[in-house]
Amino acid sequence: MAKLLTYKEKGTWMENLCGVTKLIFFLSWTITCMLTYDTRVLAVMFVISLILFKLSKTSWDQVGSVFKVILVFMIINIVAIFVFAPDQGTKIYGTEHILYHWGGRWKVTSEQLFYELNVVLKYFTIVPSVFMFIITTNPSELAASLNRLGISYNIGYALAIALRYIPDVQDDFHKIKNAQEARGIEMSGKAKLADRIKSVAAIIFPLIFTSMDRIDTVSNAMELRGFGKHKKRTWYMGRRLAAGDYVVMIATLVFMIVALVITYYDGNRFYNPFV
Amino acid sequence: MKPIIEFKDYSFKYNSQVEPTLRDINLSIYPGEKILIIGPSGSGKSTLANCINGLVPFSYVGESTGELYIGGKEPKDLGIFGLSKMVGTVLQDTDGQFIGLTVAEDVAFVLENDCLEEERMHKRVEEIAKLVDIDKLLHHAPGELSGGQKQRVSMAGVMIDDVDILLFDEPLANLDPATGKHAIELIDSIQKEQNKTILIIEHRLEDALFREVDRIVVVGDGTIVADMTPDELLSKDVLERQGIREPLYVTALKHAGCKIYAKDHPAQIQTMDFGPYKGRVQDWFAHADSPDKKKESDNVLQVEHLDFSYDESRKILQDISFSVQKGEMLSIVGKNGAGKTTLSNLICGFIKPDSGSILLDGEDISPLSIKERGERIGLVMQNPNQMISKAMIYEEVALGLAVRGVPEEEIKERVYETLKICGLYPFRNWPISALSFGQKKRVTIASILVMNPEILILDEPTAGQDYRHYTEIMEFLKRVNQEYGTTIMMITHDMHLMMEYTDRAIVIADGQMIADDTPAKVLTDATISDRAYLKQTSLYDMAKQCGIESPSAFVECFINYERKVR
Repeated sequence: MAKLLTYKEKGTWMENLCGVTKLIFFLSWTITCMLTYDTRVLAVMFVISLILFKLSKTSWDQVGSVFKVILVFMIINIVAIFVFAPDQGTKIYGTEHILYHWGGRWKVTSEQLFYELNVVLKYFTIVPSVFMFIITTNPSELAASLNRLGISYNIGYALAIALRYIPDVQDDFHKIKNAQEARGIEMSGKAKLADRIKSVAAIIFPLIFTSMDRIDTVSNAMELRGFGKHKKRTWYMGRRLAAGDYVVMIATLVFMIVALVITYYDGNRFYNPFV
Repeated sequence: MKPIIEFKDYSFKYNSQVEPTLRDINLSIYPGEKILIIGPSGSGKSTLANCINGLVPFSYVGESTGELYIGGKEPKDLGIFGLSKMVGTVLQDTDGQFIGLTVAEDVAFVLENDCLEEERMHKRVEEIAKLVDIDKLLHHAPGELSGGQKQRVSMAGVMIDDVDILLFDEPLANLDPATGKHAIELIDSIQKEQNKTILIIEHRLEDALFREVDRIVVVGDGTIVADMTPDELLSKDVLERQGIREPLYVTALKHAGCKIYAKDHPAQIQTMDFGPYKGRVQDWFAHADSPDKKKESDNVLQVEHLDFSYDESRKILQDISFSVQKGEMLSIVGKNGAGKTTLSNLICGFIKPDSGSILLDGEDISPLSIKERGERIGLVMQNPNQMISKAMIYEEVALGLAVRGVPEEEIKERVYETLKICGLYPFRNWPISALSFGQKKRVTIASILVMNPEILILDEPTAGQDYRHYTEIMEFLKRVNQEYGTTIMMITHDMHLMMEYTDRAIVIADGQMIADDTPAKVLTDATISDRAYLKQTSLYDMAKQCGIESPSAFVECFINYERKVR
């Protein structure tokens, strides 16, 4: 059974990159994507995202259910944009091509649809990169890399340990959920929404308590073995930047600059096909 | 020779407590000694250990009086990190103390913190991994290891620092009996080869004595009540008074009316001289009652040809068939990871079998949902914290009824009644956070019992409990079993539990059921116990050494006698 959002060795070239490289890629990719509304840029990024995702050999089991949750949020997001700001597209692009009039201020315009398409594209560009980053990065190696970038190893290690415990907490979650279900707390779709929200508490509290136990044990174990003794520490999983890392980093930065130049070339963040 | 650890009139009080946890401790431990520290829960033995490794007072704050020297220095001068250079601690929870993402990283953790450079670190990790035989596992994740392997990793992780003192906090608690035996052997060989000072905290005395120790320190109610050689200790009655379980053969000898003398080396069954006791034991056996035949009753649960696997490649369970009679108390035993928990998950419907069927009262339960099964088959998890979701005891126990829409009046009546059976009625309005671990465990049992299930399945009901709490919980379950006729199934690797409280044991090894017999037969059969990583009971050896022809009959008489005197 594949664990959700957990690093798994698959022997791809992406895993062999330094954690720092991937972090830099991830950050600049996300920032670029957030800044730009240029459809051409987004389309290119979307295609690259898909190709990289394929190359990372991420399996659906590892991300599927999280992806579905994100999808739901995305739908809520785009519906909400239409409900609250149906004329956003017209405001941005300056023209109005009405396709269907719903009554009141709710008109479906080409501009609005085009604007919302951009929003959807952004989702599909960022989400795969988040998944890839988590799934191809060995947490310890990431901590080591962050430390090498000058970030305190405490922060790096906290991050690594959080990632390290994702599978354990998932295990606990399943165990607790099963036991509570057996006691008669309905978690499946059969229950009403309000009841389901209430029953989530029946899992969350035990989960918090078991996690607290874990934290207590692991912090004792770490302290007994000298964690935090010196200002510095070394890393078993430490890795030096290799040629591949520099190539990826430079490519990422060049791409980011080009993308932003194209985006802002005509003065605003939007690509306007309507004029 | 100067002691490596020395307590002089030492007392310690946690800030959060009114009474001191340790009082007037005087104890000297010399380099190269191997000491066993025993005592009931709450006696202060863990605090004693924490004083040595520095968790007290650096993590658990409190006040101390008197003197304590570790390696000739005071802990407050050394600090917890200075102490960690001298004392290596292997914690009880092998999962919890696994810090790294892989074996190699976990072993290297100390070196990382000491800023050792990468190449030397890799070399050192390999060396130490060879020593405890985990060099093939270096790149495995914790989840892929067995309990015994995890413990080896923990040992490697503290030994890599070349500490002088190794402190083991209940090393046997999470291990099946055979793996526990290996752990004790490994600790012994480390002590002999590396000349370390070893402290073992454990309440499973017989298992811990599998290899010789120099001294046993008995802690009771915050003070040291005994500090002597194992042979001397077993010839006295300190253990009984402190509520610590003696080795079974010692108990059996006492039942037979023998007085035990230190000169016969009672510490280990292999070396003990049974000559002087033989006659008495034989005599006792000749007059002992054999157990009454169990009366037959209807099957409540039938498991037929059950198969289960997560993926094609590896079968977790294969062709499991057995039936359980109404009102039975039985145990499911086998080594860690053999498939015991999977079996209970199948019965409760958390997972679906590949093939085979489960019948409850003769009716196939495959169409029933988890919730529907839950009304008839109750599951109590090992860790009570995994079940408790309410703040108050009453609410927690009422939960199962409340969600089923039982009227308020009836809930109240049933909850109070259940609380009375469980001895929790006086606490009914207490917050759960004020309870001890054992009481919490009883709350979780009560919260299941209140639904009046036909079958109660308990996963390791006594894990981590000392003898007194063990007896308390088990006697309580026995009462539930007898008074309500609830069928009780227990998943366990506690051989005592299986012997003393269950009439039948289902043994699972590598996904197959290899025995379905009385505990006495299972524990005297070498082939079964080897395959299932159980341990033959010491009563077997004792019976043989006393010239008794049928060891399993002897074991049965012993169990029968124990149950009567209890």
